[in-house]
Amino acid sequence: MRFESPDTIEQAIGLLNTCEGTSRVLAGGTDVLVQLRLALVEPELIVDIKHIAGMRDITAEDGGFRIGAAVSGAEMGEHADLVALWPGVVEAMELIGSTQVQGRATLAGNLCNASPAADSVPAMVAANAVATIVGPNGTRECPVADIPVSPSKTSLTKGEVITSIYLPARPDNSGDAYLRFIPRTEMDIAVSSAGVSLTINCDGVVTQARVSLGAVAPTVLVVEDASSAIIGTKLEDAAIATLQAACSAACNPIDDKRGTVEFRTKTAGVMAKRAALIAYSRAGGSK
Amino acid sequence: MVTEYKEGSVGAEFNKREFKVVGTRPPRPDGVDKVTGRALFGADFTAPGMLHATVLRSPHAHARIVSIDTSGALAMDGVKAVVTSEDFVKQTSSGNQDTLDNCMARGKVFYDGHAIVAVAATSVKIANAALKLIKVEYEILPHETDVDAAMLDSAPVLHEGRKFRNIPEGNNANVSGYWEFGHGDMDEGFAKADIVIERSFKTAATHQGYIEPHATLATMGPDGRGEIWVCTQGQFMVRDLAAAFVGIEASQLRVTASEIGGGFGGKTTVYLEPVALALAKKSGRPVKMVMTREEVFRASGPTTSSSTDVKIGMTKDGRITAGQAKLRYQGGAFPNITAMLGAMTAFASYDLEAVQTQAWNVLTNRPKQAAYRAPGAPMAIYTVESVVDELCQKLGLDPLEVRLLNAAKKGTLSSYGPTFDEIGLVATLEAAKAHPHYAAPLGPNQGRGVSCGFWFNFAGNTSVSMNINEDGTVAVIEGNPDIGGSRASISMMAAEELGIPLEKVRTIVADTNAIGFNDVTDGSRVTFAVGLATIKAARAAIQNMCGRAAQIWGIDADAVDWVDGAAVPTGHNAGDFPPMSLAKIAADSAKTGGPIAGHFEVNADGAGVSFGVHLVDVEVDPETGFTEIKRYTVFQDAGKAIHPDYVEGQMQGGAVQGIGWALNEEYIYGEDGKLQNAGFLDYRIPVASDLPMIDAVILEIPNPGHPYGVRGVGETGIVPPLAAVANGVSHAAGVRMTELPMSPPRILAAIDGAK
Ligand SMILES: Cc1cc2nc3c(=O)[nH]c(=O)nc-3n(C[C@H](O)[C@H](O)[C@H](O)COP(=O)(O)OP(=O)(O)OC[C@H]3O[C@@H](n4cnc5c(N)ncnc54)[C@H](O)[C@@H]3O)c2cc1C
Repeated sequence: MRFESPDTIEQAIGLLNTCEGTSRVLAGGTDVLVQLRLALVEPELIVDIKHIAGMRDITAEDGGFRIGAAVSGAEMGEHADLVALWPGVVEAMELIGSTQVQGRATLAGNLCNASPAADSVPAMVAANAVATIVGPNGTRECPVADIPVSPSKTSLTKGEVITSIYLPARPDNSGDAYLRFIPRTEMDIAVSSAGVSLTINCDGVVTQARVSLGAVAPTVLVVEDASSAIIGTKLEDAAIATLQAACSAACNPIDDKRGTVEFRTKTAGVMAKRAALIAYSRAGGSK
Repeated sequence: MVTEYKEGSVGAEFNKREFKVVGTRPPRPDGVDKVTGRALFGADFTAPGMLHATVLRSPHAHARIVSIDTSGALAMDGVKAVVTSEDFVKQTSSGNQDTLDNCMARGKVFYDGHAIVAVAATSVKIANAALKLIKVEYEILPHETDVDAAMLDSAPVLHEGRKFRNIPEGNNANVSGYWEFGHGDMDEGFAKADIVIERSFKTAATHQGYIEPHATLATMGPDGRGEIWVCTQGQFMVRDLAAAFVGIEASQLRVTASEIGGGFGGKTTVYLEPVALALAKKSGRPVKMVMTREEVFRASGPTTSSSTDVKIGMTKDGRITAGQAKLRYQGGAFPNITAMLGAMTAFASYDLEAVQTQAWNVLTNRPKQAAYRAPGAPMAIYTVESVVDELCQKLGLDPLEVRLLNAAKKGTLSSYGPTFDEIGLVATLEAAKAHPHYAAPLGPNQGRGVSCGFWFNFAGNTSVSMNINEDGTVAVIEGNPDIGGSRASISMMAAEELGIPLEKVRTIVADTNAIGFNDVTDGSRVTFAVGLATIKAARAAIQNMCGRAAQIWGIDADAVDWVDGAAVPTGHNAGDFPPMSLAKIAADSAKTGGPIAGHFEVNADGAGVSFGVHLVDVEVDPETGFTEIKRYTVFQDAGKAIHPDYVEGQMQGGAVQGIGWALNEEYIYGEDGKLQNAGFLDYRIPVASDLPMIDAVILEIPNPGHPYGVRGVGETGIVPPLAAVANGVSHAAGVRMTELPMSPPRILAAIDGAK
């Protein structure tokens, strides 16, 4: 196994593109190292991207924030302006693992690991986050929602690396939230989860909303019926009940040791309901 | 918090003794080593030329081994030795043969993870690569992992043709044990009841969850002498089994126990040790073996799982008229007696006129169970305490009052036979009733659970030596690995008895050639039995020292007493001499006859049973089935708490492990008979943020069988939480829960089902 830690993105891409066997990008390594230890993969090449300029920066851009692909969860949590703009995305990222894992784990790594239960992904999808990808054929932008294609598989092609994730600007009176269900209070994998991002007007009426669900399908679900259920409402009980039912109806989960189909379906609705109420109050709405 | 028990003749007599060291909370003697990393655990031992060995394990739940071809592995560069069951000595006792067959499958594999071949090589990597070159041909057999299904006539038989003793007609060949206990007329008892409740319960198998995986290093020279360094609860047990399995005599195998990162009963048997020794014998090189976490789960000691029917009758005013339980346990592929212990303990908290318990052990295609704190009791008492709670609920009675009304006390004929001596259940129940926790208000979706718990405690074979050093310090040498702070308590008892400061005493755990035989550290026996032997060894040393003083003073040895760490004349008639300190006597020992030591060996008795009562407040989320533990208080009789910090630690640790058992921990098997959650991610022990601080209230009802009144405290604490949490959840959720673990999907399904 070869371990490289290049200084430029071009070098990284060159290494990945010319490697004939299995290769792995290494950001925080909190998935890669576990997979190595379990002998799930035996890559020929590992390319650490942490030493590439810009990878560890959080930069303000057009009213939003660009988050370098090697920025850790802990660094996001300490960035007050980022937390103020996208509290739901940051809280999703900060749910990952423990203090030790937080010092390493990244948004891009969580996304590219392509687990259906990844915590930051539903929140990023609700936030309409966009990834910047650099590869042998240049740079492209891709909505975060389109990166995971199935469990453990992404739409990235050979030699491509995510360099940053962009969380866009948003109108005043907006809020987002992420909640997951786990059987314990930490160090666990989401059995079901929901991200909600919404904007309200001065009367407290929801004008825009995006609702996503995690761990209840092979990839994150965007539930249009759930957002339409609350747009034009003040999250009255009936609207919330419709959102909850729409979310449960959208679920297409598996039955496994972590939860039954029935349980996942039901709790996904509950998580979405509760996340919507938190997002609403973060947007300045009162109930 | 320690509550002194002032009433009762025995208590009063014991409380007359003014302890100086016992009952204080000095810093732990192993603390610095453990926080600085200097402590040596099982995997920390290395030796020159050492090999690493790994194990090929069965991927099948049940199969006949048709053939094993290890030639490919042996041909690999760096591979030095390979062993299979063929390399071990056939055992005469069936128990030992079962243990050996569990270490290395012989003819058949009985569970997913069963060891078949071990390879020693110059690195772990090479050993693992060599495992892939081993060819095993299997004839796959049908399997069963469920306790009830394994009792059916249609179930696959694990040990064909093997006869188990005393099994009544009508049981299939997988039933390896049957036991009955009780007294009184059941029909008459139930006839007297105003209400009778019958319920069936299930509990899942759990793992002890020790943080340190099994690890060992073994060497064996061409002279046939061996050494083992190992993380274990009993170096003598390791010596006896490993020596027998490779065919050497006990004296030729020296076993040293390392520091231990948790055992909880799971390290009272062997897995790797005989295998490492056999590989060392074959290769002529030291061999190290360390289990991965996955191996720990797949192949080392889970508990039994259980299925139980309970029937209890009660009068309107809360008197239990009769209690009956039928307990079916499975503890994997080899016989065990855990079900018997369940049947003995199920009703132990109650003074009953009519009680009957029956227990079956059933063989299944799961790993061989190992002890786990009070083996058999938690799941048995869970079922009884759940039904008692439901009776209280139905009759509108206070659950603590009902338990007080029926509590076993001195003179009670216990449900398992003996008559109780001085016991602390009533005092413990009264302490719980008087505690502010019991009166605290509950919020919405909250429920309070109560349960009693019981454990026998054990004493057993024990040897202690004590050397009085010439500088006035004292070395205590004992033979029980310290899994719960016993070295601290033993040093404290030595200092107390000798009348010297604690700092003068150091206690070490010696190897098998340096001290007489000791039973394993189990049965909550060490502070009791090793403590007792330490006190007696100190008394022997004191007698010797009094003799030395008498010699110097030129008076009769009988005329010398030992007071506050010094020899003194018994009175003016004996002579007028100033006290002669231990240090002075020790300094002059060469002139008065040589080194001074004390020792004591005993197969001890009188451990004294222990009771506990737990109170828990839980909150259940009605939309997700998630349970939060809001408040938890443990009340337990310690006899005498030598080092209260450690006693509280045992009570808290037991409670936490029981909470895990109640809420989330379980062995999950697929249809294919394979364990699906062999890791801490999906085998969910509680994490720190899941728990409130566990309050511990120590009661001290002295045990007449110990010079200071000590009772073991290590196990009782895990017994009540299963029922306490289940009762709390049942109240909070508004539906009676009868299966553990009460994981969120199960609770939510029960809530929705009750709507
Ligand atoms: C103890 C523990 C607890 C955990 N708890 C959680 C949890 O609660 N929730 C959760 O969702 N996850 C959890 N995880 C998983 C993991 O921490 C997260 O998925 C984390 O975000 C991964 O980020 P990383 O930077 O460490 O990724 P890495 O391990 O470095 O990489 C992950 C994958 O993404 C690829 N990759 C990484 N960066 C890029 C890039 N820039 N471009 C292209 N490909 C890339 C890698 O090749 C690899 O396939 C846990 C892990 C551990 C060890």
